[in-house]
Amino acid sequence: MIGLVDCNSFYVSCERAFQPRLRGRPVGVMSNNDGCVIALSTELKALGITMGTPAFELQHQVRRGQIHLLSSNYELYGDMSARVQSVLEEFSPGVEPYSIDEMFVRFGGFTSDQMLEHARQLHDRVRQYTGIPVCVGVAPTRTLAKFANRAAKKIPAYRGVCVLQAGTAETKALLQRFELGDLWGVGQRLVERLAVIGIRTGWDLAQADPKRIRRSFSVTLERTALELRGISCIEMNDFHEPRQRIMTSRSFGKLTDDIGEIREAMRQHGQRGAEKLRSQGSLARAVLVFLKTNPFRQDLPQYTPSAVVELSRPTDDSREILHAAGHALQRIYRKGYLYQKGGVMLLDLVDASRQQLSLLDTPQSDADRQRSAKLMGVMDELNSRMGRGTVKLGTPSPGAAWHLRCANLTQRYSTRWDELPIARAK
Amino acid sequence: MTLANLIPAHPEPPSLALPYPLVLGRAGLSGFPSPAQDYEGRVLDLNERLVKRPSATFFLTVTGDSMVKLGINEGDTLVVDRSIDPRPGHIIVAMVDGEITVKRYELRGDVPCLCSGNPRYAPIPLVDLDCQVWGVVRSVIHEYAV
Repeated sequence: MIGLVDCNSFYVSCERAFQPRLRGRPVGVMSNNDGCVIALSTELKALGITMGTPAFELQHQVRRGQIHLLSSNYELYGDMSARVQSVLEEFSPGVEPYSIDEMFVRFGGFTSDQMLEHARQLHDRVRQYTGIPVCVGVAPTRTLAKFANRAAKKIPAYRGVCVLQAGTAETKALLQRFELGDLWGVGQRLVERLAVIGIRTGWDLAQADPKRIRRSFSVTLERTALELRGISCIEMNDFHEPRQRIMTSRSFGKLTDDIGEIREAMRQHGQRGAEKLRSQGSLARAVLVFLKTNPFRQDLPQYTPSAVVELSRPTDDSREILHAAGHALQRIYRKGYLYQKGGVMLLDLVDASRQQLSLLDTPQSDADRQRSAKLMGVMDELNSRMGRGTVKLGTPSPGAAWHLRCANLTQRYSTRWDELPIARAK
Repeated sequence: MTLANLIPAHPEPPSLALPYPLVLGRAGLSGFPSPAQDYEGRVLDLNERLVKRPSATFFLTVTGDSMVKLGINEGDTLVVDRSIDPRPGHIIVAMVDGEITVKRYELRGDVPCLCSGNPRYAPIPLVDLDCQVWGVVRSVIHEYAV
């Protein structure tokens, strides 16, 4: 079985863990430079405010104390994410980060009842240890686990934990109840095309002939259909939700502690991620780098660090991304551990074409941006025509330090001695 | 990208459990080769001593004087472990009226209460949702000006 653990309103929950006054209140987290809202509490969503709303439009509500807007505090989020991951590692050696706030967890050898109890325990423990509320979905495949997670989040009766087996009455009822577009990897265009041939729910898709799905649509959708039946055929790297994050990771091929080799692997991941970013027309706001020792070698010291570096502005420039990833790696790398795997994640993606960016988020001149776009375009074209890796970036040059506007920056409660939370003895 | 943007997500790697009984510094004097030889360079690690569960441990700074009688002074650093279930007698950190507060967890009759070391502050019964335990204080670090 595989579980997907998803932190509820992660950025807001991190802030709330240390600021009880924010509980139950409408809270938003802003992009760097306080441009627009990138994360919302459910209370803020309920007011009709959406992702990407420019912060200045909300200023009057902030002044009246109706809503709270905070500058993004990636250092805090990165630390809390690492803590959640390490709690999960107490439950399973197979934990794979999928995003800063989502992790896959492998479970083996449980009966269905035991599985539910184990998942419930995990759910409660993450909450207790870190203060972060999570939802847990467990199923035989990643697609079903993601779906179970959604059910756990949307249906209160599950109380945050949903364990599904393939083909049971419960799974059938849920797949019929949710819309096709709620499934992993089924976009709105596909939903319309599927409706034409009478496939309207996840259950219809699970019942459809996979061969037919493959012929009429794609191998990817065939895999989704198979996964809904409980046949596992999607691996982590095959699948990403391009609108939200890009993840590139791979085993090093052998256990290594050679910083040179690791740096080279991370450089490739970063560059590959940046290419994906440009090909889909997105910009990233932050870069997460992680390393992993081999959890099945309990005779060796274990270490699974991660770090998040906020980019000075949303960017798709490989140089800036590699630079950030390099810093993050330098920070987490420790000698004396044999690393098995590492990866780079690009977080909090935005559409490159969004107009307001240039006004609110980008202290970079147009000329500068055009130069960067041109350089990256040439690089991508050469690499696609003459093979990946034809043009590589060497050591990235240090970028300029921009002065960021972070008027509402909260403390880095868990990572800085001079910013610890205050406990009042009064 | 400045170094100020650099974000340490994991404070320190968790240290290894000792694979051998704690070696006393004098072991080498008995004439036998020191069993510590293989582990040269090892030092006592306060993290290992004070932080039992890194993922659930947070540090907080104390302000106020209501806990002086219980050995907690203004400016002290609390080592708070969220993995411990609070029992009467524990010093805890709790959320009261939207603020983080340090108190002693006690039973008054059958009612769990948050009490301070100063009679000026009345015990707060732990009954409603506005009052929740945040974590248990494992140790207090008091640093002197030297």
